[in-house]
Amino acid sequence: MSQDTEKKGLWARLSGGQAKQKLLAFASLIALILIFTALKPEAFMTQDNIIGILQSTTVIGVLAIASTFIIITSGIDLSVGVLMTFCAVMGGVFLVNWHWPLPLGVLGAVVVGALTGCVSGLTITRLKVPPFIATLGMMMLLKGLSLIITSARPIYFNDIEGFDQIALGSLIGDFVPALQIPNGVLIMFVMAGICAVILNRTALGRYTFALGSNEEAVRLSGVDVNRWKVIIYSLGGGICGVAGLLIASRLNSAQPALGQGYELDAIAAVVIGGTSLSGGVGTILGTIIGAFIMSVLINGLRIMSVAQEWQMVLTGLIIILAVYTDNLRREKK
Amino acid sequence: MTALIAVKNLSKSFPGVKALQKVQFDLQAGEVHALMGENGAGKSTLMKILAGVYTRDEGEMLLDGVPVEIASPAHAQSLAIGIIHQELYLMPHLTAAQNIFLGREPKGKVGLFLDEDQLNSDTQALFDRMNLHMPPDTRIGNLTVARQQMVEIAKALSFKSRVLIMDEPTAALNNAEIGELFRIIRQLREEGVGIVYISHKMDEIQRIADRITVMRDGRYINTVPAQTPMAEIIAMMVGRTLESNEKSIPNTSANEVLLDVRGLNRGRAIRDVSFTLRRGEILGFAGLMGAGRTEVARAVFGADAIDSGEVRVRGQLLTLKTPRDAVQAGIGYLSEDRKHFGLATGMDVESNITLPSLRRWLKWGVFLNQSAIHAIGQEMVDKLRIKTPSLTQVARLLSGGNQQKVVIAKWLVQDCEVLIFDEPTRGIDVGAKSEIYKLVNDLAAAGKAIIVISSELPEVLHLSHRILVMCEGRITGNVSALDATQESLMALATRREVQAIPLH
Repeated sequence: MSQDTEKKGLWARLSGGQAKQKLLAFASLIALILIFTALKPEAFMTQDNIIGILQSTTVIGVLAIASTFIIITSGIDLSVGVLMTFCAVMGGVFLVNWHWPLPLGVLGAVVVGALTGCVSGLTITRLKVPPFIATLGMMMLLKGLSLIITSARPIYFNDIEGFDQIALGSLIGDFVPALQIPNGVLIMFVMAGICAVILNRTALGRYTFALGSNEEAVRLSGVDVNRWKVIIYSLGGGICGVAGLLIASRLNSAQPALGQGYELDAIAAVVIGGTSLSGGVGTILGTIIGAFIMSVLINGLRIMSVAQEWQMVLTGLIIILAVYTDNLRREKK
Repeated sequence: MTALIAVKNLSKSFPGVKALQKVQFDLQAGEVHALMGENGAGKSTLMKILAGVYTRDEGEMLLDGVPVEIASPAHAQSLAIGIIHQELYLMPHLTAAQNIFLGREPKGKVGLFLDEDQLNSDTQALFDRMNLHMPPDTRIGNLTVARQQMVEIAKALSFKSRVLIMDEPTAALNNAEIGELFRIIRQLREEGVGIVYISHKMDEIQRIADRITVMRDGRYINTVPAQTPMAEIIAMMVGRTLESNEKSIPNTSANEVLLDVRGLNRGRAIRDVSFTLRRGEILGFAGLMGAGRTEVARAVFGADAIDSGEVRVRGQLLTLKTPRDAVQAGIGYLSEDRKHFGLATGMDVESNITLPSLRRWLKWGVFLNQSAIHAIGQEMVDKLRIKTPSLTQVARLLSGGNQQKVVIAKWLVQDCEVLIFDEPTRGIDVGAKSEIYKLVNDLAAAGKAIIVISSELPEVLHLSHRILVMCEGRITGNVSALDATQESLMALATRREVQAIPLH
């Protein structure tokens, strides 16, 4: 308890409180890494493999960041995976079909994400549809739209110069040739940093926690609950737009049938990282750790030649275990 | 002189309940105006309309003589009307400072980021003014109810309102804290702030108020100077002069022990609680808000887990994992919040009455025996005189008193021997109240063992044979109702950090 009342340093404030649960998640991550390194040292701990892990965490990591905000408000967004695809598709429409300049097309994809998030938010606040249903409906809607717009065919970015560099190029590698870390990874970490600052140091972040903690108290405090909920869902949508660009860039194409299922991985990452589905608590750092736990687990299991079906079984068990231990910890308080 | 705020012919209804009927009220600048009335009189509803939480159905509202419509809590705040609610509306995951300044956070130089240091020092300044010794960055979830209430007061003060409404602001406070609050109230009064003070604590009202308005059953009764004798005010509140309390307490000391609780513990909420309850006995549980009485009741009922302790019913040790275990053993619990925990408000009267005992009303163990359900429903409606247009009336539409009777009926059908009533007359009008009191006495006379939890000291004294007083999770007193007075109970209810009195 004295932890809460000590004067907090910059690091503590940036990363948000709840040190204990993050420590647990981080310890689990280290444990996993050590286990796999011990079991398959020559395959696991290579630069290629590490970069592979980083690469495979990017998209889920960014989606999980978007979901973190929404879950902290005790809401849920089931559309994040499909929204990512929709933004990728719209990016394709802007850049490939309408020949917009690269920066404008990129911005456009993110704006599409934000606007769609805004619509979800309005559905929840004005039409009073519960978040689960509103975003479920949105997910199906967007899936259909993506297929309609593309006539169920992928949009290829081959002619767009520099597009694949967004995720696959390496800015860091240009400066430090030994570290060929893809841009996508860099973007994920930068987004995490920005969002951690937003969550912990701005009014938007404060209201995010407040809404999840006691929405009625926020309303009675004179804060415009509806307005801020819409803003939070719009922010989440915009971040999904970034994820859409990352995945389109990695595949150098917008695949309209992709995306569904990613939202569950995102929610899993959020929950493993210590954010509670009932709202009021959560950290970006925890979410990133949660995303890495999942990708390290899947990568390690693959290297050990565990069949993909069993990978899924194990991941499911880990998610349940993570929430269960979190419940136990909460009940002790 | 124009009133700060004036209300005329104001009415407000909720489904099934006429909360306010043509009420009038006015508040002058620089006065402390007390609002008194029993539970369900409409005091909180009226104030919530002034604070923008509810909107009125009809009537006029004037601010400084100008007609006004207060559309939302934010609007009320912009009109410099502040309110301290009876229920605590705080965000447990945030700190005190973050709660107080929610929506008004000081921003840093860039205007984008929150200035946490400024937030904490602003809050510290507020706390200093109140002589409240507490770090501003304490998480609300870690505070006792009393300190949470002080945070609510600090929040109201931070708004610099011209009209300040306080709804039972001292429910969890001890005398020193109440003294602090009154010091602040006198200061505000001198500054010209108009204060509405809602409380049912007579002594407090006499200390602090200038005028008193009495309400009863949603209606305005009268406004009198604060020096008016209490007996007159009480008469206005209950609508009749109260006869003296000539009460006979039956001697139950030789009766069978129905409930035996030993060493109950749960974190900070329940600390080493032990007591016994005999057949035919009415045991009152007194204490301030947050004392732990509901927590003990829920623990005994199996609704919440415990860290340690034993509960015996008729000598049999119970393994209490869920309420089902308690109900099987014959314990019934009428919860504090009827609408959320006592009734399935969307279901009808007969369904509610037969809910815990549904197993008994099944054909071939699977299908609902509608005629049996109907019959037992009718029997209970007659026996308890439940006023309902039909057995299939939706429970939500019944009046508070009749809803409570439905809850009592369901436990009677279940044949419970031990009944725990948690705030049984909350939100119930005067007439129905005395019916509930009679019911409780009849049940005790018929051999049930009864616990009555109540925050109304007069009610506890009226109903109980014996009274247990709790403070911050511990039992601080076990007295006979004949020996106790409101003052002595209050003293026990505010005894913090005292050794628990072992009792058997």
